[in-house]
Amino acid sequence: MDSQTFTLINITAMTVVMWLTPLQFIPFFIWLERKGSAIIQDRLGPNRAEIFGIRLFGLIHNFADVVKLLMKENITPSSANAFYYLLAPFWAMTVSLLPLLVVPLAAPIDIAGHTVRFQAANFGVGILYVLSITSMGVFGVILAGWASNNKFSLLGGLRSSAQMISYELSMGLAVVGLLMVYQGVKVDGIVESQGSLLTFNGHTLPLPNWGIFLQPVGFFLFLVASFAETNRNPFDLAEGESELVAGYHIEYSSVKFALFFMAEYSNMVVSAFLVSTLFLGGYQVPFASTETLVQKPQVTLFILCFMGITWGLAVGYLLYIYAQQQKPLYSGMKRWEPFILSGAGLGLAVGSLAILAFSSAITFPPWAPAVLAALLQMICLLTKVVFFCWLFVWVRWTMPRFRYDQLMNLGWKLMLPVALLNLLVTGVVLLIQK
Amino acid sequence: MTGAQKLYLPEVLKGLAVTMGHALKNLLNPKGMPVISFPEEKKDLPPTTRGRHRLMKREDETPRCTACMLCATACPAECIHILAAESADPDVEKVPQKFDIDMLRCVFCGFCVDACPLDAIRMDVPEIDLAGYTRESLVYGKEFLMNHDNKDIVANYNPPRPVVWTHGPHAKP
Repeated sequence: MDSQTFTLINITAMTVVMWLTPLQFIPFFIWLERKGSAIIQDRLGPNRAEIFGIRLFGLIHNFADVVKLLMKENITPSSANAFYYLLAPFWAMTVSLLPLLVVPLAAPIDIAGHTVRFQAANFGVGILYVLSITSMGVFGVILAGWASNNKFSLLGGLRSSAQMISYELSMGLAVVGLLMVYQGVKVDGIVESQGSLLTFNGHTLPLPNWGIFLQPVGFFLFLVASFAETNRNPFDLAEGESELVAGYHIEYSSVKFALFFMAEYSNMVVSAFLVSTLFLGGYQVPFASTETLVQKPQVTLFILCFMGITWGLAVGYLLYIYAQQQKPLYSGMKRWEPFILSGAGLGLAVGSLAILAFSSAITFPPWAPAVLAALLQMICLLTKVVFFCWLFVWVRWTMPRFRYDQLMNLGWKLMLPVALLNLLVTGVVLLIQK
Repeated sequence: MTGAQKLYLPEVLKGLAVTMGHALKNLLNPKGMPVISFPEEKKDLPPTTRGRHRLMKREDETPRCTACMLCATACPAECIHILAAESADPDVEKVPQKFDIDMLRCVFCGFCVDACPLDAIRMDVPEIDLAGYTRESLVYGKEFLMNHDNKDIVANYNPPRPVVWTHGPHAKP
């Protein structure tokens, strides 16, 4: 196989993977939202839907949702503009799946003379591509609001477009600060330069060279702007239930509503990927650069096993407590399923401990160090992404919704000046350092 | 708002701390959640709960109801449908041949209980999970309403009130 064919296959495979990643995150995110809101509000959350007594703590509810949404009547209002009305949900979903193409899942590795890249598209425009694609997402909302021919959806669409356009400015300026620091727009370059330790004025600090430490203000601006960009609480004025019923997707039912719903969650997944890639080092494991991981597979294995032990113990313990609480209520599979999953968590911990104990006796085949490093880096990135997914849920069930004037004041009078000031300070510091 | 509040972030962090506290508390102690897993666990209803109807019986197991239609007349939801028939007992003029209550229409106001001169209808069965797969299954007939056999329910019934006949053939001086 020549290198060109290999690159082509590699890019195709990664495109499919990066296209499926947000789709696979959506059911998990919906589950996290339901379960997270439940435990924040002192409830148990969904635990009823089952397949042969297997409930997976409410994950099966997503199957029930799919069946329900597919079987609902697919309505097109007679007064709607049918073409644009149909286009809007597809536009929203398509646009929400595209930006992840430039996010690298792990550092490129060399296997059998070929370089395997974990990034679907390494455009020269890099992060600008992401900004331009996400700004196209507003068209889906505007089209839906206008083509539905409904005053509530029109108001929702207008609010949403005004909000997204206002907050895109702060988002873009926050990213500009990052580009000044890392001297480039290519995403893989930004992530690579986050692998070293933070060096300031000739001193090396015991901190990773992450965007959150170099651009703390930019991080907060980007985070808040991404909440606003995804129309997420506290910025979910576009679907203010109390005044607009459901906002821009009132008139949508069945699969078309499901597409909007999924696009919303997919946007959040993309935001979580972007925040972790740009500001939290992406796939970089803190204090362990890619070279270290590839050259010392023992270190990689140790970190992997350590994660397996701690997570296995934590998950096993929490599930065991939950299983104890559920035990008197149910019989059969429903009763033992939480115990089995808790045992699986403990099994993961014990297995990791066993691998760790015998790790010094393992001789690694030549391809293993690179593959282990890539695996660890993917797990690291996904951990950061899941944390930001949880942050989205956490903030939603904490904050009330902003009033419209508060929203505009925050966007134009607070965040935009702060973003400009941040640019100025960054520029001055960079000049002094030279 | 003070200056610090205008920045939003400190207040947001305070709020996040509160919700995270709840989340951690509930993750580590799920038994402490004020939750009742409804179909499996049921809340004890107070003995005076106004639940679904039942028809009271005389000592000889015939219905007390004489099909006087006062309950059907008082019903604001028009959910009681009575068909009268002649009684075999010479002292009683009529009995209900059919006594249907459409629970889908009932608003649980209790006017029928107030209207009944013979204490023949009561709303004291503590069943609050009335649900069915068809509309017909929620139209309760005379036999169903007169069936007091469910021992779990009977334990929670109102204490039986003594029936005092003030007029008519059963009146006791």
